[in-house]
Amino acid sequence: MTMSFTRGSVRNALPLVPFFIFLLIFLIIPTVSVVNGSISQDGSYSLDKLAALSDGAAMGALLKSVLLSAVTAVIGAVLGAVLAWLIVSSPPTSVFRRVVTSICSVLAQFGGVALAFAFIATIGYSGVLTAWSKSVGGPDLYGTGWLYSVTGLILVYTYFQIPLMVIVFLPALEGLRVQWREAAVSLGATSRQYWTQVAGPLLAPAFLGATLLLFANAFAAYATAAALVSQGNPILPLMIRTALTSEVVLGQAGFAYALAFEMIIVVAIIMVGYGLLVRRTSRWLQ
Amino acid sequence: MQLTRVAAAALTASVSLFALTACGPPSSSNDNAGSDAASATSAEDLGGMDALIKAAQKEGELNVIALPPTWANYGEIIKTFADKYKIKVNSALPDAASQDEINAAKQQKGKSTAPDVFDVGQSVALANTDMFAPYKVATWGDVPDGFKEETGLWVNDYGGYMAIGYNSDKVPDVTKLSDLLAPEFKGAVALNGDPTQAGAAFSGVMMAALANGGSADDIAPGVNFFEKLKNAGNFVAVDPTPATIESGQTPVVLDWDYLNAAETAKLPSWKVVIPSDGAPVAGYYFQAINKDAPHPAAARLWQEFLYSDEGQNLWLAGGARPIRGDAMAKAGTIDKAKWDALPTVAGTPVTPTEAQNKAAADYLAANWAKVVG
Repeated sequence: MTMSFTRGSVRNALPLVPFFIFLLIFLIIPTVSVVNGSISQDGSYSLDKLAALSDGAAMGALLKSVLLSAVTAVIGAVLGAVLAWLIVSSPPTSVFRRVVTSICSVLAQFGGVALAFAFIATIGYSGVLTAWSKSVGGPDLYGTGWLYSVTGLILVYTYFQIPLMVIVFLPALEGLRVQWREAAVSLGATSRQYWTQVAGPLLAPAFLGATLLLFANAFAAYATAAALVSQGNPILPLMIRTALTSEVVLGQAGFAYALAFEMIIVVAIIMVGYGLLVRRTSRWLQ
Repeated sequence: MQLTRVAAAALTASVSLFALTACGPPSSSNDNAGSDAASATSAEDLGGMDALIKAAQKEGELNVIALPPTWANYGEIIKTFADKYKIKVNSALPDAASQDEINAAKQQKGKSTAPDVFDVGQSVALANTDMFAPYKVATWGDVPDGFKEETGLWVNDYGGYMAIGYNSDKVPDVTKLSDLLAPEFKGAVALNGDPTQAGAAFSGVMMAALANGGSADDIAPGVNFFEKLKNAGNFVAVDPTPATIESGQTPVVLDWDYLNAAETAKLPSWKVVIPSDGAPVAGYYFQAINKDAPHPAAARLWQEFLYSDEGQNLWLAGGARPIRGDAMAKAGTIDKAKWDALPTVAGTPVTPTEAQNKAAADYLAANWAKVVG
């Protein structure tokens, strides 16, 4: 492959220009300004704000963010994979398959205030399910307000993680060719052997890659958490909000940059892992 | 994935802010009239109230910012001012926070859209006095010392006390903070925001400190109180809004008495008490003129109006305590029915100083998340 800029290649690249401008404005410039903002203050450079990331509250938020993302990614990945498998097992034209895949496409993008409100209206203090459970003498679903803590976020995030898993994992499952199974069976493999020695290893990279994608998705989600949790800023995106808008502790914008920088690093690590795993899977699925 | 979305949103916000500032027409040529007004430190400097009114009417407009119509009756105050003086009031970003007011003044400096006046919380006011123009209203003498900067850079305008608002249909009656630890309040008690972020919530924790052996210098007992509340299962991390109050999600809310009182109008069973176990926590807002105000005369007339008997009574009608309230009660010019209807206060009110606020804020930043997280 040559890299010379012939007239043809320039012309072919032209349609991409808007995309590159978009990348520059919405990805590269913000990233550079975040990194710059986290180490510079009034023209001079210092690592104070990055050092502040090791404070108790900031470390706690990082820990809880990672925990929340990991737990919802694993729950979402396992349940989503099972659902995806059920979808693949049904015939391509079945109503079940079409209904579930289209529902998943919608729900995977259903987040933010609307989702938070849906849960509040269902199992909040005066939610429909809470009131019903109370009226029939069932358990107190509201409890001590767990919905408005990290525990609640795990439940709410899972709601969009499972459908997202179905969407990203379905192509990998569909890529499993019937011939491979037939070949394994004709060589005397049991169903169990087929899954552990053929399908399992084939699907593992895709499964892990999808899990990482889910992790990044939960790690950076903001609006849902902001609508639900108003105390203690347990996760990083909420801590950034406080650093930017606090009227009690002023002048923390630099710390917000440092927190954002920390998030970029975590997501970058995850995305590199995702990229490596996807490359490995795509070898098999061509 | 969504990280870029957050970044994109931030950038879009700043781009649109830039567009907003860029679109503002250049400052109009009323500089001749403005130059006198911009340096006037009292109405006399301009030749008395009539001259001030004339100069303000010549400017024709007033830019205010971050004044929610339902907050301390600002909706009616703005309308009354506009009708009385035939001056158009441009109310920008009514739901913005104190810091946003200062940011807007910096970003729009020199533009005709910049805010003329500020109404900000204590820490934001004291950190930005170099943005303010000194001015003394005609009723300056009525404002007690300690509630105004001596040259008139800022003057406290209205305020209130931290209070407990509760829905008497859903929970038992409350008279003191320790009542809230009872099992009947399970999952019911909300604080108006996170105290490391919102001024009202900060004062709520301060109130709990005073009720539990703490002082303005020692907010730790307040944090311990909320820990107890949390362990009892009574503290709920919902951000209370009129919607959560009316729908019954937050049957108990710790907030300023005037904000709580505003809810009673919509929900008659909503009662407001200032807890009796500890000194009341007072908080006042700070009124100031932008020194780069595009309408300097109108900005000064606005101040005269706010601190007149009429303006003070309008704040009172919104449940807030106007700063001249005591003087007006003595002079008999206060709206007596509304003044007497304010929640009663016992004990000497505590208003933390800026240094005490700073120390308490640092303590909260390090400890609050541990307690409620």
